[in-house]
Amino acid sequence: MALKDITLGQYFPGNSLLHRFDPRSKILFTVFYIAAIFLCRWVVSYGFVLAVLLVFIAISHVKPKVFLKGMKPVVFIVIFTAILNLFYTGGHVLWSYGIFKITEEGLWKAGFMVLRILMLICCTLLLTYTTSPILLTDGLERLLRPLKRFGFPVHELSMMMSIALRFIPTLIQETDKIISAQKARGADFDSGNLIQKAKALIPILIPLFISSFRRAEELAIAMECRCYHGDEGRTSLRQLKMAPRDWVLIGFCVVMVAAVIALRILGL
Amino acid sequence: MSTIIKAENLVFSYPDEPEGHPPVLRGIDLEIETGTFVAILGHNGSGKSTLAKHINALLTPTEGKMWVDGLDTSDPENLLEVRGRVGMVFQNPDNQIVASVVEEDVAFGPENLGVPPDEIRQRVDGALRMVGMYELREHSPHLLSGGQKQRVAIAGVIAMMPKCIVLDEATAMLDPSGRKETVDTIRSLNEDYDITVVLITHHMDEAAQAQRLIVMSEGQIIDDGPPKEVFQHVDTLRAAGLDVPETVSLLYELRKSGVDVPLDALSDEACANVLTKLLTE
Amino acid sequence: MEPIIEIKHLTHIYSPNTPFEQKALDDIDLTIYRGEYLGIIGRTGSGKSTLIQHLNGLMKPTSGQVLFEGQDIWSSKALTHSIRFQVGLVFQYPEYQLFEETVYKDISFGPRNMKLEEEEIDRRVRQAAAFAGLSDEILSRSPFELSGGQKRRVAIAGVIAMEPKVLILDEPTAGLDPAGSASILANIDAYRQANNATVIIVSHSMEDVARITDRLVVVSHGTLPFVGAPREVFSHGEELNELGLSVPAVNRVFARIRAAGIDLDPAVYTVDQAKAALLKALARKGGR
Repeated sequence: MALKDITLGQYFPGNSLLHRFDPRSKILFTVFYIAAIFLCRWVVSYGFVLAVLLVFIAISHVKPKVFLKGMKPVVFIVIFTAILNLFYTGGHVLWSYGIFKITEEGLWKAGFMVLRILMLICCTLLLTYTTSPILLTDGLERLLRPLKRFGFPVHELSMMMSIALRFIPTLIQETDKIISAQKARGADFDSGNLIQKAKALIPILIPLFISSFRRAEELAIAMECRCYHGDEGRTSLRQLKMAPRDWVLIGFCVVMVAAVIALRILGL
Repeated sequence: MSTIIKAENLVFSYPDEPEGHPPVLRGIDLEIETGTFVAILGHNGSGKSTLAKHINALLTPTEGKMWVDGLDTSDPENLLEVRGRVGMVFQNPDNQIVASVVEEDVAFGPENLGVPPDEIRQRVDGALRMVGMYELREHSPHLLSGGQKQRVAIAGVIAMMPKCIVLDEATAMLDPSGRKETVDTIRSLNEDYDITVVLITHHMDEAAQAQRLIVMSEGQIIDDGPPKEVFQHVDTLRAAGLDVPETVSLLYELRKSGVDVPLDALSDEACANVLTKLLTE
Repeated sequence: MEPIIEIKHLTHIYSPNTPFEQKALDDIDLTIYRGEYLGIIGRTGSGKSTLIQHLNGLMKPTSGQVLFEGQDIWSSKALTHSIRFQVGLVFQYPEYQLFEETVYKDISFGPRNMKLEEEEIDRRVRQAAAFAGLSDEILSRSPFELSGGQKRRVAIAGVIAMEPKVLILDEPTAGLDPAGSASILANIDAYRQANNATVIIVSHSMEDVARITDRLVVVSHGTLPFVGAPREVFSHGEELNELGLSVPAVNRVFARIRAAGIDLDPAVYTVDQAKAALLKALARKGGR
């Protein structure tokens, strides 16, 4: 088990136009884009939305290969959806064999569904590839701030997110260490049936839990010592600033969604 | 000189301790002057860490008093004030770094204090320069060495502009080069910026670099003075489960064999000078 | 002396054929003997951790061989697995790997993985606990309510209970005060002498290790620049300093005196040796 090889935080540092946008406008873009995907109706609107995505991928300066890699985990879902839509949509039958039949409508629907899922994944990848996790957390906190009035713990959630970001690599290193140590005592993680394999994880999970609790406790004390007392009167080193380009992006979002709605009304 | 830390008949026992168990701290009287570099030496369980936790009100006395910069630490009203004046660096470097970028972590304290963003930036850059970590300000903490992580933690404390820094066994988990890095850093903070430093340790060589050395055993102060003096009390220290630096140990052994050498040559250089003189004259 | 582990042309490369490629060990040769007390010294990142994890088959050489009692430990799967029990490895801060409800159960984890008889497991657990300086009364307690020093002893007992022929300990005294360190090292030596086991102490501090071991191996940048008796190794005091290793203070003091033109033994590393050398030099001076 080589946990070190897992790449964490899908961020690819860079200085493209997309990297330089304020995280808030990028998050908004992603939200608008997802809405646009779901408003698409027919070839023209799908084509339009796809074109927008391709342009953004091009200006992100992240290699297209990386996007393909990022889509790997959903391959199964994509195939499953495609098959489901392909065989279970009624309409003009093109081909049949026993109970299986493929219809023209099914073909279109499957195609659109696959495209939808892929574009959905791609646009979120675009966000995480070009925005550092810290900025992402910051951007989310600012965007969600209005919800605080309704008692939504915005600051606490973003603090949790940033602490998680900080500790995931540390916990992975620690897990590696514990695995080695238990292996040195002859622990066997590879043989046996499912139950035995699950049982073999206990010597890893318990020390990991205990140390996580210890870390949490020590971290809480350290934070207290540095005068942490929630977000009351708290300032921030990083100030997010909306540049003109961010307003242009938001303007574009509105135009994009409006265009898709218009196409939808026209049945395109 | 003014007093920054003052303990008066400080007694502490944990509330869940069984009846009849001796308190962890048994009547500590202590005054530390502003701007000094003090080391507190003691074996595991001597109470040195418990004392340290009183200095920034993580613990409060069961009996007696503790004042920091004139503030009574038992008064909950003083809590934030006390913690703003005394910064604390802990043993495990991994468990005190909050953010996933070095400079973000250093900013954490000033952010909590509500310092304006422009000033935070200045403080962060300044603090990182003081500990020699400015070049690595955009790095991820988990990729740093132990010594570097402790320097980041120290910077995080400095950025809050405290009057005093307490290092609670902050070198115990480091390798020799990491320990040296950390101790060199706090020494320069003390010498160049006049910050009071309290170093809790069980390493003799670190304690030897302080201006004043306090030795604790069984919850009490058993020795207190400049390291040169304290380390001459070889028998007292050994009885407390501690050792003395090899230089003093060598001189002590020579004296036992009837050679007339002083015991106050602590550094390599001083010890070598004493011995060279002995062998040439 | 009879060899127990032979390392031949061992090279280990992390993440080969990637931009992160890193040579951690570079063509290392070393023979370790039965019953010897060996110290492995190097700075963090010198390759010493990588080296010891090859000795019990946790890591596989990129090239080269590790032989245990003459057999390549990677020659068969069964052998690789059994090597873990013959070469016990105690990691740094081993107390963080405890997981069982009682000390007894935790110590028995290794012997149980060896598929031993219940009676034999019981014998081993009790004996290992005794070697590690734990009283019988502690065995039924939860390891998590013990002090840090006792937890470490439980973790060490957990490896000793496998009765390994070679016992490797990575920084066994890290974070302990002088009294605690001395006591744990004495316990380890008792095991070595009782079982004629090989003990390897890994450390970044020469001071502690030099005093107790018969032979030192210095690891630096994936190679072994110095291997030999402590006296031999410490005669290279200056080079060791340059490698960033903490040489005992008496060795440094002697180097300074020698620099002043006085002839003294360059290889001292303990206070007693230094004292003897100085008294001799004084007698010589007095006699003149």
